[in-house]
Amino acid sequence: MTQKPILTGRGLVKHYGRVTALDRCDFDLYPGEVLAVIGDNGAGKSSLIKALSGAIQIDEGDIELEGQPVNFASPLDARDAGIETVYQTLALSPALSIVDNMFVGREIRKDNFMGRYLKMLDQKKMEELAREKLSDLGLMTIQNINQAVETLSGGQRQGVAVARAAAFGSKVIIMDEPTAALGVKESRRVLDLIRDVKAKGMPIVLISHNMPHVFEVADRIHVHRLGRRLCVIDPKEHTMNDAVAYMTGAKAPEGAEAA
Amino acid sequence: MTDTGSPPDGGQDYEESLAKSDRSVASFARSHTPIETLQHVLHGNPTLVPVIVLIVSVGIFGLIAGERFFSAFNLTLIIQQVSIIGMLAAAQSLVILTAGIDLSVAAIMVLMSVIAGKLSIEMGVPAPLALLVAFAGGTAAGLLNGFLVTKAKLPPFITTLGTWSIFYALNLWLSGAQSIRSSDLDEQAPFLKFFGNVIEIGGARITFGSILMVLVFVALWYALNKTAWGRHVYAVGDDKEAAELAGIRTDRTLLSVYGLAGLVCAIAAWASIGRVGSISPQAFYEGNLQSITAVVIGGISLFGGRGSILGALFGALIVGVFQSGLRLAGVDVLWQVFAIGWLIIIAVAIDQWIRKVSA
Ligand SMILES: Nc1ncnc2c1ncn2[C@@H]1O[C@H](COP(=O)(O)OP(=O)(O)OP(=O)(O)O)[C@@H](O)[C@H]1O
Ligand SMILES: [Mg+2]
Repeated sequence: MTQKPILTGRGLVKHYGRVTALDRCDFDLYPGEVLAVIGDNGAGKSSLIKALSGAIQIDEGDIELEGQPVNFASPLDARDAGIETVYQTLALSPALSIVDNMFVGREIRKDNFMGRYLKMLDQKKMEELAREKLSDLGLMTIQNINQAVETLSGGQRQGVAVARAAAFGSKVIIMDEPTAALGVKESRRVLDLIRDVKAKGMPIVLISHNMPHVFEVADRIHVHRLGRRLCVIDPKEHTMNDAVAYMTGAKAPEGAEAA
Repeated sequence: MTDTGSPPDGGQDYEESLAKSDRSVASFARSHTPIETLQHVLHGNPTLVPVIVLIVSVGIFGLIAGERFFSAFNLTLIIQQVSIIGMLAAAQSLVILTAGIDLSVAAIMVLMSVIAGKLSIEMGVPAPLALLVAFAGGTAAGLLNGFLVTKAKLPPFITTLGTWSIFYALNLWLSGAQSIRSSDLDEQAPFLKFFGNVIEIGGARITFGSILMVLVFVALWYALNKTAWGRHVYAVGDDKEAAELAGIRTDRTLLSVYGLAGLVCAIAAWASIGRVGSISPQAFYEGNLQSITAVVIGGISLFGGRGSILGALFGALIVGVFQSGLRLAGVDVLWQVFAIGWLIIIAVAIDQWIRKVSA
């Protein structure tokens, strides 16, 4: 890689009480790539991406976006900077509708007197856009875009969260286990979507426990272990067995770009 | 569906058959029992229950008590009687939608009515200016609650239990536990009694205060349902953590809710002067709990994020209809209280049942 990374983390540390979730962790994401992050349960993957997306504040370390130091105080800051995240918990409001969830925090107002002075929302426009994004994802099995998210299946909810991120991300999209609850077909859609987004030149961070998926779409694989980056491997030069062995500590990484 | 190659590393290609798969995917057209259908309908329209209860109870009391109940005079009287608690319930709804509770609404209202009265009667401040001070004071009192809930991270119940006492004590201190008489108001600041004015049409007596209550509900309904702020209020009440991750400034939303609730209480304070005719520091001592009663009977979930603010209006009206109807039917006051108690319990039970729809 001769390019400069678009998003980097150096020496990230995060403690939860006595638990060290991130232990001087480094991170690099290059423009246009799909970077997979793999690791055992509790290795600190979610903590890492939460630090990158402003959902948690790190105790130590530096984060840079496009070479500029950033310090996101909230997920909104990261989002305004162009980083869109699908959290493992999805971050959907159960009682709100699909449309409301997709546009939460960036609602579209009517382009008239009502919108300008009485802040009236343009429900119709948001519905149209939401429908468009969801059908791109093949999620139009949802009959009613105004139905509450809590009435959707787990997979459908995940689809809504992924569609939201894909629709609004401008610089980086981070997905924490976006296919965990999805069926074979819906997973395929998400993988296709990842490729589509990549084709547009936008880099993606994909956290997943699904090795076939990781090896299929990733350009590089960040192996996370015990709160830090153990190594970064090239999926073309390593097997899934290698990756699992590194991740679980069964084998020390060799010939990999050590971290 | 573009199927790009098989998985690179071992394993069978279990996705091959996807290309031939049914595009329509799962449709959820499984049949519902009538009860399930009802549950879904209510889930989508949480205000339906209070509306039905209101209509049915008006009908039943109309049959029992006849003309005396079912007259334009009595029906408008009921609206007039619930107008102040109704406005407090509107303020209460805002807070309860965020999964909070505000035990101080009536205390804020009474304190602000005392402040407005004291300024204009004893200190000679023009009534409109005195009212502006009261509005600012109500907003500040609400913001204090909001600040304690968001920044000091205290539970809303405890916070407002504390400020209830604080505002009540301030109110007794400022007023010297003395009422301001109706005649003094008429002489020096009749503007404070503006909302006591009445429009008479036939037998109907519609007070300005009743109209104000309806306007307050319409305005808040608009803000909650037609603006981004309203969506955020629901999202915060639903799941605060998710709302934060989704990019809502949850603390700011909460502060605005408590501040607005305080302002609504101060507006209710103005209306209460017109309704009561005088300013009494001891008035509306049960208003805090009565406002919660109206909200709960109106189908707004105490767990936050669910229900329509219009439900609180219907809730307040239901309470008014029961009180009026039972009284006119010659039932002892204690049985009115008894009936309201059951209404609360049934309303919460129905809310619990509706919320199970997703499980
Ligand atoms: N809010 C929290 N409070 C306390 N400890 C936490 C919190 N969040 C995470 N941890 C701890 O930090 C460590 C890393 O958790 P994290 O969620 O980042 O793991 P993960 O790699 O995403 O795991 P998984 O694959 O199961 O999603 C764990 O030991 C976890 O218990
Ligand atoms: Mg995780």
